[in-house]
This record gives sequence, C-alpha cells and structure tokens, in this order.
Amino acid sequence: MSAALALLRRDLSLLMPGGSGGGVLPLLFFLAVAMLYPFAVGPDAQLLARTGGGVIWVAALLAAILPLEKLVTGDLEAGVFDQLSLRDVSEELAMAVRLFAHWLAFAPLLLVATLPAAALLGLDENTTRTVLLGLLAGTPGLAAVGLAVAALTASMRGGAALAGLMVIPLAVPILIFGAGALSRPDTSGILFTAAISLGLCALAPFAAAAAIRAAQEN
Amino acid sequence: MQAQLTAKDIACRRGERLLFKGLSLDCAPGDALQITGANGVGKSSLLRILAGLLRPFAGEVSSTGAIGLVDERLALDANQPLGKALAFWERLDGCSDPGRALDVLQLEPLLDVPVRYLSTGQKKRAALARLLNRNCPIWLLDEPLNGLDTQAQKSVEALVALHCGGGGIAVVASHQPFAVPGGKALAIEDYAA
Repeated sequence: MSAALALLRRDLSLLMPGGSGGGVLPLLFFLAVAMLYPFAVGPDAQLLARTGGGVIWVAALLAAILPLEKLVTGDLEAGVFDQLSLRDVSEELAMAVRLFAHWLAFAPLLLVATLPAAALLGLDENTTRTVLLGLLAGTPGLAAVGLAVAALTASMRGGAALAGLMVIPLAVPILIFGAGALSRPDTSGILFTAAISLGLCALAPFAAAAAIRAAQEN
Repeated sequence: MQAQLTAKDIACRRGERLLFKGLSLDCAPGDALQITGANGVGKSSLLRILAGLLRPFAGEVSSTGAIGLVDERLALDANQPLGKALAFWERLDGCSDPGRALDVLQLEPLLDVPVRYLSTGQKKRAALARLLNRNCPIWLLDEPLNGLDTQAQKSVEALVALHCGGGGIAVVASHQPFAVPGGKALAIEDYAA
C-alpha cells in the first residue's frame, strides 16, 4: 500500500500540469479545436449546436493522445522499472497507479474546459450535460487505451507517433457510444461508454505490464 | 537470513550471439567478486541475469536476500531536483536515515540541482546513494567507478569493503582495477562461447 502511495505521489508530480513533465498543452489543443470549428463551418448556430457535441468528443480523443509520449518511455529508458522489479513492486501495480495518475492529470481539466468549449459551440444545457457525463464515463477508457499503447510502443523508435495512430481505432467504441449518447433521449449510451471504460481500465494495467516486461528483456 | 547468490552453468545470448556459456558462481556472505572483461563481453548482461531482470539462455540463478543494482541507468527523474528524485526511492524503501548516504557520498550540496545538470560522476554517486539507502545484502555494481574522481573511487571501494565486512555480497563488473576485499575475480572471457 505504501508502495502504491509513493508511486502515486511520484506519478502525479511528473504528470500533473505544472509538474516537471506535464503540461497544459492537451487542454489548449482541446480548446483550440473547439475554437477553430466555428471558423471552419461558418456561424450557423443550428449546425454548430447539432454537431458541436461530436466535435468536443473528437477533440477530447485527440487531446488524450498528446501526453502519451511521456507516459512510459522515460521510465523505461531510465531503468525505473528495473529498480521497481528489484523491489518486488510489480509492473501491474506501477501501471495501475499510473493509469489513475494519468487520468487525474488530463480528465478533470478536460471536463472543466468542456464548459467554455460548449459555450463557443453554442450547445444547449441538455447537450452539454450529456457531453460532460459521457466524457466522465469515457475518459478512463481513453486513459487506459493510451497507457497500454504507450507501454507497447515505449521501446520503439518513433513510438510516440505510432502510439497516436494505434490509440485511434481502439478508442472508436468509446467514441461511438459516448458521442452516440447525444442523439438518444436516454442514458444508455453513457452507460455503455462507462462499461467499456471499466473493462479497458481492468485490462490495461496487465497489458501495459506485459509490454514493459517484454521491453526489459531487450 | 543469510544472503546467498548462486549461478549455475548459465549462458547468455543477445540477439544471434552467444556471449558466454557454462558460467557458474557462488557467493556467500562477505564475498566480493569482480567481473572483468573487455567491452561487450557480457558483463552488464551477467549482472542483469544475476539481478533476475534478464532470463539466462541456459542455466539458473538463485538468490536469498534483496538485490540492489547500480548500472548506467539512474532511475532518477531528470527534471526533478536530486533531493526530490532520491526521496521517492527513500519512501519506497522505507529508509529512515537518508542523511548518512548523502554524507558519505558528499551529495548534500547537490540536493537542489536538477538531476539532468549533474555530471557523470555526480550521477554515479546519486545512484550509489539510492543503493545505500536501501540497505540490501546483495550489491550488483556495473562499472561503479565510471566518471568518478580518484577520491570518490577510493570511497566507493571503501563502501564495498564495509558492505562485505558486514556480511554483504558484492559483485562488481568493472574494466578498471577495483580493489575488492579478498580480491576474487572472474574473467568472462574464460567462458566466451
């Protein structure tokens, strides 16, 4: 337990915006997309309100890719995982903690930034609420996919670009149900998104740990 | 519990190349062993196999007691000040007296310096501080003298002697002469495949 706390403290200090490795870049990227979209399609309020929710979802997905580069590579190169295995701290634990820290570092801020983005796109109250709930349900899944892919590509040259490409197809189910909830009167889409997220969060630490062990053998 | 480190008939393959085979060693408490050999003969790989980080191509390794490894990879966050980077490992290892290692290795003046600004020798000393703080019976040191000045080299040799005097085991891979207590040495070239 104390190992998990020590890991969480370190991960947060590295990943949080303002921390030594983190940044607000994903957030600015997210807001920039919401800002550019009305410029690109024109000031048709009805069109913006109808498509805005989907745009926020796409922007959130792409913003979730940005922090992946720093998620695992640095620690693998610095031998942190070697030292952790010597201390019998499993890669699974390290990755589960990192998943939580990674989510904390980008998702809450993203949810806050959704409010100005929704205002920029002229979304009504109902749509904004559905988008927020959907993102709350979907971002853990995005974080999980991101972590597993970051670990898989950590030992490759140019892994970061590849990670971005690999995340997109894996994140499609979250996008379909999360953004799909916007066109349904009930909450089934959001619940589906949450279910996918939970499944991914349960799998990701094991997948990421296996990837790290494979990379250590090299 | 008595520390013990045994390797039986191990072989190491990297890619398509068999680096060494039939290598056996047996370390009892108080033993120090220097691994010698030119670059690329497999000193670091041997240490990683002994640490359990690399599977040997053949043979087996068994150990009793916690293993500490110092190699060229620092495992300290480059952007954080040294004090903060070391503090993570101190918390993880439950170290109660980190001051002693800092004192022995003369790292106190560097605690506020981000790790990436440290010189090679200072980084090596920081990694050794992480090892000392952990208080583990088996030390695996990979080129511990690299980048260290003469005085620091002497104090590392003294640390190893002290560690072995207290019943610890030290395996030192170094291409430089390293005064290990007892003077046992193992040349990997003897086992070259």
